[in-house]
Amino acid sequence: MENVILNQLSYSILTVMVFFPLLGAILLLFMKNANSIRWTSLLITVGALAVALPMLSAFDKTTYLMQFVERREWIPSWGINYFVGIDGISVLFIFLTILLSILSVLVSWKAIETKVKEFYIAILIMETGLLGVFVSLDFFLFYLFWEAMLIPMFLLIGVWGGQQRVYAAIKFFLYTLVGSVLMLVGIVVLYLYSGRTLDILVLSNIKYPLYLQYWLFLAFFAAFAVKVPMFPVHTWLPDAHTEAPTAGSVILAGVLIKMGAYGFLRFSIPMFPDATRFFIIPLFILSIIAIIYGAMVCFAQKDLKRLIAYSSVSHMGFVTLGIFTLNTQGVEGGILQMLNHGIITGALFLMVGIIYERTHTRMIVDYGGFASLTPWYAGIFMVFTLASIGLPGTNGFIGEFLIIFGALKAKKILGILAATGIILGAGYMLWLYQRVFFERPNPAAHHLIMDLNFREVITLMPLIILVFWIGFFPETFLSFMHASVEHLIKHMNTGTMVEDSMAQHIWEILR
Amino acid sequence: MLKYTLIPLLPLIAFVINILFGRNYIKDKAHWIAVPAVLGSFVLSVSVFMDVYAGNVINLNLYTWIVSGNFNVPIGFLIDQLTATMLIVVTSISSLIFIYSIGYMHGDKGYHRFFAYLSLFVFSMLILVMANNFLLLYFGWEAVGLCSYFLIGFWFEKKSAADAGKKAFIVNRFGDFGFGLGVILVFLTFGSLEYVEVFANTGSVLGQTMNILGYEVDTITVICLLLFCGAVGKSAQVPLHVWLPDAMEGPTPVSALIHAATMVTAGVFMVARCSPLFNLSPDAMTVVAVVGGITAIFAASIGLVQNDIKRIIAYSTVSQLGYMFLALGMGAYTTAIFHLYTHAYFKALLFLGSGSVIHALHNEMNIQKMGGLKKYMPVTYWTFLIASLSISGIPGLAGFFSKDEILWRAYTGGDLGKFLWVLAIVSAFMTAFYSFRLIYLTFHGKFRGTHEQEHHLHESPPVMTIPLIFLALGAVGAGWVGIPPLLMDHGDKIGEFLAPVLGHPKGEGTHSEELFVMGLSVLIGLAGIFTAFIMYLKKTDLPYKVGSAFQPVYKLLYNKYWVDELYYKTIVKPALIASDKIFLGFFDGRLIEGVVNGIPNLIGSLGQRLRKIQTGVLSHYGIIMALGALVIIGVMIFIK
Repeated sequence: MENVILNQLSYSILTVMVFFPLLGAILLLFMKNANSIRWTSLLITVGALAVALPMLSAFDKTTYLMQFVERREWIPSWGINYFVGIDGISVLFIFLTILLSILSVLVSWKAIETKVKEFYIAILIMETGLLGVFVSLDFFLFYLFWEAMLIPMFLLIGVWGGQQRVYAAIKFFLYTLVGSVLMLVGIVVLYLYSGRTLDILVLSNIKYPLYLQYWLFLAFFAAFAVKVPMFPVHTWLPDAHTEAPTAGSVILAGVLIKMGAYGFLRFSIPMFPDATRFFIIPLFILSIIAIIYGAMVCFAQKDLKRLIAYSSVSHMGFVTLGIFTLNTQGVEGGILQMLNHGIITGALFLMVGIIYERTHTRMIVDYGGFASLTPWYAGIFMVFTLASIGLPGTNGFIGEFLIIFGALKAKKILGILAATGIILGAGYMLWLYQRVFFERPNPAAHHLIMDLNFREVITLMPLIILVFWIGFFPETFLSFMHASVEHLIKHMNTGTMVEDSMAQHIWEILR
Repeated sequence: MLKYTLIPLLPLIAFVINILFGRNYIKDKAHWIAVPAVLGSFVLSVSVFMDVYAGNVINLNLYTWIVSGNFNVPIGFLIDQLTATMLIVVTSISSLIFIYSIGYMHGDKGYHRFFAYLSLFVFSMLILVMANNFLLLYFGWEAVGLCSYFLIGFWFEKKSAADAGKKAFIVNRFGDFGFGLGVILVFLTFGSLEYVEVFANTGSVLGQTMNILGYEVDTITVICLLLFCGAVGKSAQVPLHVWLPDAMEGPTPVSALIHAATMVTAGVFMVARCSPLFNLSPDAMTVVAVVGGITAIFAASIGLVQNDIKRIIAYSTVSQLGYMFLALGMGAYTTAIFHLYTHAYFKALLFLGSGSVIHALHNEMNIQKMGGLKKYMPVTYWTFLIASLSISGIPGLAGFFSKDEILWRAYTGGDLGKFLWVLAIVSAFMTAFYSFRLIYLTFHGKFRGTHEQEHHLHESPPVMTIPLIFLALGAVGAGWVGIPPLLMDHGDKIGEFLAPVLGHPKGEGTHSEELFVMGLSVLIGLAGIFTAFIMYLKKTDLPYKVGSAFQPVYKLLYNKYWVDELYYKTIVKPALIASDKIFLGFFDGRLIEGVVNGIPNLIGSLGQRLRKIQTGVLSHYGIIMALGALVIIGVMIFIK
C-alpha cells in the first residue's frame, strides 16, 4: 500500500483499543453487585485510555498518511476487509471519546440506580461503536459501527431518560436512520462504480464524474447533516439531549454529533470535491443560519438542559462553516472546535446533571443565587461558560477565532455574519448564568444544595485543564492535524479546474 | 526577560492563589497576597521605565501561540515609550487603589474574591499594554471586559449589580465584534499580527482597496474603523457609552480602577498604538475626532443634572475620554496619552474620594442628601477639591496642561478642529460646573441626611486617606512633565519622550493665538465654577427655577437622552420576542416540527385508510382484481 504507514507499534493497538470496552461489557454480564459493576466499568474505560496512550508518542505528526494500520481479509468474495487506521483528523477524536466515556461512567455513579448493569453495558458498547467509526477504513466496517452505536444510544435515552424519553428516543432513531439509509445507498453505488471495493482510501482517490458526485454528495450529506445536526434537521437534538440521562447527553454532544462533521472531512470533501464546491453556497448559508438561529433560540429556553442543547446547534454551525471554508485555518479551526465543543458542552451537561441530582428540576426559574450557596460549582460553571462564549485564554476562543479567520478569508460576509454569533453567545450564556447563579437564592433550593463532592471535582478536572491547555497552548493539539489538513486541502484543489467552471455553470442555471 | 514576564505574572499569581485558597484559608488576609504582588509590578515597571528612558526598547517573543497554515501569532511583549508610560500609570494607580480597598472592603464577605478579581484586572490590563501583537492585545482587551463583568457584578445578589455587569460585558462585545474582525483583516492585509511588522509595511498597502458588499473601500480605513469599534465599546464612547454609568453598581474602588487605570483607557491606548495605521486614513481620523467631540459634550451635559455622586463622576469620565479621542483624531497622540495620564490621577482621586464619602454615609450616594461634610472629612474634602480644580483646568494643576494642549490642537486643526474646539470649550464649562455643583452639594452648606447618619459621620481611616493624599500629589504635579513650550523651554518632557513612537507634531499658530486659547479655557473653567457657586451656595432656589423653566431639556438630560430605553425597545425586546415567537415558536415549533411529526402522522393515517381496503370480503377483492386487470389491459393497448 502506497498511502499508508503500516503499524509502527508491534501489536494491533487499534483493534485492542476498539474492542477493549466490548470485552468489558461481556465481563459485566457475569456480575451482580451494582457497586462492583461501577468500579469495573471505570477500570475498563480507564483501561481503554491506557491501551490508547502509546499512540500519542508513536504518532507521526509529519505525515498525512494513515497510521497504526491493520488490514485483514474478511469477506473476500465481496471485497470486504477488516481495515483500520488513523490520521491527524481522527486521532484527537479517539482520545475525546475515551475521555468522555470515563467521565460518563463517573457522572452516572449515583445518578443511575435502576438497571445498573444494563446501563454500563450500553455505555461500553457505545464506546466500542464510536471508536470503531473513527478508525474504520473500510465502508462495510464503517457502516456497521455507524449503525451499531445507534442502538445503545437509543436504549440510553429510551430506558434511562426523562419524562418524554420514548418520544425523544424514537425521534432520534428515525431521524438518524433516514439519513443513514440514504448513505447506505450511496455506499452501494460507490461499491458498484469502483469495481467492487469498499476501501475508503481507494475510493477517496477515484475521480468521479460530476453527475455522480452530486447525487452521492447529497446521499452522504443526508446522513451527516442529521448527525451534526445542521439546520433544518436539528430538531431531534434538543429532545434527545434533554431527555437523555447525563451520560447520554455527554456522549451525544461530545462525540456522537461530531461524527457528522467527521464524515464531511473523511468522505464528502475528499471523494466529492467538485460537488462540495458546487454546493458550497447552500452549505455556507445553512451553517450561518445554524449559528444565528441556534443562538437566537437559546434566548427563549426555559429549560437549562435544552438551552445548552440548542447552543450546540449554534456551535456546530461554526464547525461546519469552518470545514467548508476549505482553507487551512477554517478546517483546522473546525476540527479543533469539534474537540472544544465536546469538552465544553460535555462539561456543561455534566454540570447540569450534577445540579439536577440535587434539585430534581431543570427549569431555570427554579434556580437563582447558587453562587452564594455553591461557590465552587458556580466558579467551575463560570469557566465553562467563558469557554463557551469564546473568551481568549480558553479553548473556545482558538477554535472560533480560526473559523472566523477562515470564513473572512473565504468570503468577507461569512466572517462578519459568523462573528455576530459571538455577541449572541455572550448574551444567552451570561443571561443564563445570571438567572442560575446570581441574585437572591431561591428559598426552596436552600436545603437541597451542597457543593461539589470529590468524585464530581475529579470528573470535571480533566475538562478544566483542557479548557486552559488548548487556550494557551493550542499547538499541542493543532500540530496533530497540520499535515492531514494540508493534504486534504491540496487534494481538494488539484486538477478540478475544468469541472469547476462547469459546476459554476450549472449553479448559475439553477439560480 | 524574567523582569518583563513578572510584571503581568505577579498579579496573575495573586489571582490564582486568592481564588483557589481565599475562601477557606486566606479569607480576610487576601490583601497580603494581592498588595505585594501589585507593588512588585509597580517597582518592576519603574525599573523598566528607566530602561526605556535610557533608550532600551524591547520586543521579545515568549512562545508561539497559534499556528495554522500561514497564520502564526506569538505571545510576546513590546516595551517601548508608550508601553512604559502606560505601565507606570496602570501599576501606580492600581497600587494605591489596592491599598485603599483594604479599608473600603473591610468586613465584606467576598473580601478574598474582591482582591482576586482586582489582581486579575491588573494582569489583563498589563497584558493589554505590553502585547507585541494584535491578538494578544485582543486577549487583554477581552480579559479586562471579563474582569469588569466580575467586579461590576461583585455584589451579585443585587439584581441591579448582576444586570450592570452583564450589560458591561455584552455592550463591550458589540465593540469587540468589530475589533476582532479588524484584527483578522490586519493579518489578511499585512500577513502578520506583530506590531513591528505591520507598522513597517503600512506603506505597501497605502491606497489598496477591498470589496465589501459590492463597494470598493480603502483597506486601511476599513481596518481602522473596525479597530475603532472596539475602542468605542471599551472607552464608552457614543453610542456604546451606556454600560459605564451603570458600572457604578460595583464597589467604589472598582469604579476608580475602571475609570482611571484600566479598561476605559484601553481604547485610547489602542488607537495611539495603531497610530501608524490611523495616520494613513484621514477618514478614520475624522470619525475618531467627531465621535470624541460629540461624546465630550454629550456626556458632560448629562452630568449637569445627575444626583448620584458616582454617576456624575462616571459621566465626567465619558466626557474626558471624549477629549482624548478628539485629540487622537486630530493626530495629537501624545497629547491624548498625556491627558490619559493626568486624568488617571485626578479621576482615581475623585472616585476614591467619593468612596470615602459613601463609606462615611453608609452607602448613601445621592448628593441631594449630603452637605456640609467639609468639617467632618477634611482630608477627603481637600483632596476632592484639588481633583475638581484639576479637572476644571485651573492653571498649575495636572488637568490644566493636558486639557489646554488638547484645546490648542483642536483649535489649530482646520475647520473641523475649530468646530470641535467649540464643543470642547462648552464641555469644559459644563465640566467645571458639574464638578463644583458636586463639591458644593456634598461638602458645603448644611447636612441634609438623617440624624442617624449625621451621628456617624467620620473621616475615613488612614489606609484610605493616605492613597488620597498620594493621588492628590499626582493631580497637582502630574502635568508638570508636559508644560507647553510657550511657558517653558523644554517643558514638554512627556511629548519628547513619546515622540519616537507616536510622533509629536505641534499645532500651527502664533503665540498670541495660543495665549488666547489658554486664557479662554481658564476663564471658561472659572466661569463654570462661579456659576455653580451662585446656584448652589448663594441662590439655592435657582436650580429649581432653572429646572422648571427648561423642563423638557432638564428631563432629556436627567433621563440621559433616553438612550437606554431606546436600546431596550429597539434591540433587546425585539430580539427576545423574535427568539420566542418567531424562531422557537414558528420555525422550530410549527414549521420544522410540523413536518417532522407530520410525516409519521401522515403515514399513520394513510395506513389507517389503506387498512379499510382489506375488508376480508372476497367479492370486494374480486372487483378490485377485475378493475386492476382492466387498467393493465387498457394501458397496454394505449401504449401500442
